[in-house]
Amino acid sequence: MSGDQVRADRAGLWFGPQPDVAGASGYPDAPPRMGFFTDTSVCIGCKACEVACKEWNAVPEDGLELTGMSYDNTQGLGADTWRHVAFIEQRKPFGGQQPGVSHDDVDVFAAASALGTDAASPGPGATTPPAGAAPAGAPAGEISPVSPDGRTELRWLMASDVCKHCTHAACLDVCPTGALFRTEFGTVVVQEDVCNGCGYCVPACPYGVIDQRKDDGRVWKCTLCYDRLGVGMEPACAKSCPTESIQFGPLEELRERAAGRVAQLHASGVTDARLYGESPDDGVGGDGAFFLLLDEPEVYGLPPDPVVTTRDLPDMWRHAAMAAVSLGALAVASFARRPR
Amino acid sequence: MSDSDVTREGLRGERTQREALTGAKAGRRRHRRGRGGRGGRGGRGEQPMVPEAEFSSYYGKPVLNKPTWKPLDIAGYLYLGGLAGASSLLAAGAGVTGRPALARPAKLGAAGAISLSLVALVHDLGRPARFLNMLRVFKPTSPMNVGSWVLSGYAPLALGAAAVDLTGRARRVGSLATAGAAVLGPAVATYTAVLLADTAVPSWHEGYRELPYVFAGSGATAAAGLALAATPAAQAGPARRMAALGAALELGTFQAMKHRMGLSAETFEQGKAHRLLRAAETLTAGGAALAVLSGRLRDRRLALAAGAALLSGSAALRFGVFHAGVASAKDPKYTVVPQRERLTAREG
Ligand code: SF4
Ligand code: SF4
Repeated sequence: MSGDQVRADRAGLWFGPQPDVAGASGYPDAPPRMGFFTDTSVCIGCKACEVACKEWNAVPEDGLELTGMSYDNTQGLGADTWRHVAFIEQRKPFGGQQPGVSHDDVDVFAAASALGTDAASPGPGATTPPAGAAPAGAPAGEISPVSPDGRTELRWLMASDVCKHCTHAACLDVCPTGALFRTEFGTVVVQEDVCNGCGYCVPACPYGVIDQRKDDGRVWKCTLCYDRLGVGMEPACAKSCPTESIQFGPLEELRERAAGRVAQLHASGVTDARLYGESPDDGVGGDGAFFLLLDEPEVYGLPPDPVVTTRDLPDMWRHAAMAAVSLGALAVASFARRPR
Repeated sequence: MSDSDVTREGLRGERTQREALTGAKAGRRRHRRGRGGRGGRGGRGEQPMVPEAEFSSYYGKPVLNKPTWKPLDIAGYLYLGGLAGASSLLAAGAGVTGRPALARPAKLGAAGAISLSLVALVHDLGRPARFLNMLRVFKPTSPMNVGSWVLSGYAPLALGAAAVDLTGRARRVGSLATAGAAVLGPAVATYTAVLLADTAVPSWHEGYRELPYVFAGSGATAAAGLALAATPAAQAGPARRMAALGAALELGTFQAMKHRMGLSAETFEQGKAHRLLRAAETLTAGGAALAVLSGRLRDRRLALAAGAALLSGSAALRFGVFHAGVASAKDPKYTVVPQRERLTAREG
């Protein structure tokens, strides 16, 4: 436990909660910490954010390919993708229960050819059963098949991912040149004229965000539109989001809003809803960009329990120092004459 | 074209190959904890310790961005740093105990290796000015920054020591430089372990407690190998002992590291990393044995063979560790499963 004690003492510097991120980085009168709250429950996967980000920040095209894995052809965050919309197609298992109805034995083509010929048929163009004709357990007027709790069996999860602007950002901590810095808004930004392309920040980021651009060797990532923030504008992605899935504002306020949204979703029976990255007690001291998810983080390609690597850095230096001493001792032993 | 090419069986004239997988089927993969028992030598035939766990990922895509470092540059850089650092220790010891024939190759080895390692680093960065860029700040949270400072202190000392040895002039300065290089040498050899461990790459980070010792041992075997190959048997005694001690340190701590690491040790036992690390083990152990034998038999050819084996064994170790890390970053399993287990344990 003493190790934890030592850690707690150092907390705030390299890991743990840090209420005044900008202040700790030397901004005495910093504005409130700004961030993103991405509510994936209302995301419609339109990718307006991806496009707006590219346009505003002049991010180059990064390969126009069809991956075939889903509607997501961007695949992940990288040097030339600062916003990435994930599409997850799910057959959601219903806790071992069968959905209200099963159409396994129904030949839909035969059924379609009989459309309009049957008195009971709603006729062409109808997509939902009329009220009262719905199978037991399904709310009237909804698409079947539905589960007893009223949701369709196949669902799409969409989530717009971005740099988390971590409270304790591994990328920033390990950068040997100081190219990555903390802004007065508490966000993390790369200065492209200082970055020397060592690539150290790339494997350091526990979220797989920052990456090296092949042709210039330097690294790039979301700046939370630092240039726009400076003149009181909101980031391009948030501005362009038609459903307000991406919300921008003071982090404190966003956290409150997010807690309210989760409560609302839980009350209406969406028990999967959970926040990700909002807690100042998590392994990175809380994210400046956090999310409302409808499934486990790893389903969206996010790490379930990320920890900033610098939490262990004092330990690492200690072990390296002891190893260096051992090497010295080993050399001394090599020169010491063996006792005869 | 009045009718569609799409029929119930798929495109007309084509046969549906497979059904697209969605959700639960596409994203979730079975993960088998096959590595029971000790040493991890193929888990075949053993019962899994825990029932197969399901783990989710986003279409099998990695969670982390994989290191962009070029293997030859960076693994080479790690190797040469170890070789240089430990060589400086041999050089200083040889100076103190009056073994000029051991001191010279050790000093030249240290100077050559550190120059080459800087070349490798600059090559990875793209241009020399970028190395100097790293000295614009001092940042203890960045092992690469600390390393740059250590190197810029060490390299002139190692080069100076070698130059004095070759020219025979300014001997007082020479012994100061030799001593200075010996003080900084061990740091040059071990800081590279922190360089790798201070990342989110599972197979590098998880081993952070033992990796510096592995690198220290591996640096010692490399330096001993070089000295053995270039020193007459009469003065090579310390190099032989360093080979044996270094091999014991490297191999012992590497085993301990694998045992402690859990799932992320798996990448040490797979693919390219496995082949390299198995070679490293054989070469280092064999090289150390040959080194001891060469002392007994006073045979130059044996010493040469021992030196070659030790040098290549140490290189294979660095490349093996490098590739294992890259492999662990590419597979989301190594990121997700341990974190999920940690989370579940914490939530009770
Ligand atoms: S998510 Fe990664 S790139 Fe973004 S601030 Fe955190 S560590 Fe840096
Ligand atoms: S690649 Fe650039 S931003 Fe990243 S650690 Fe190196 S110098 Fe810093």
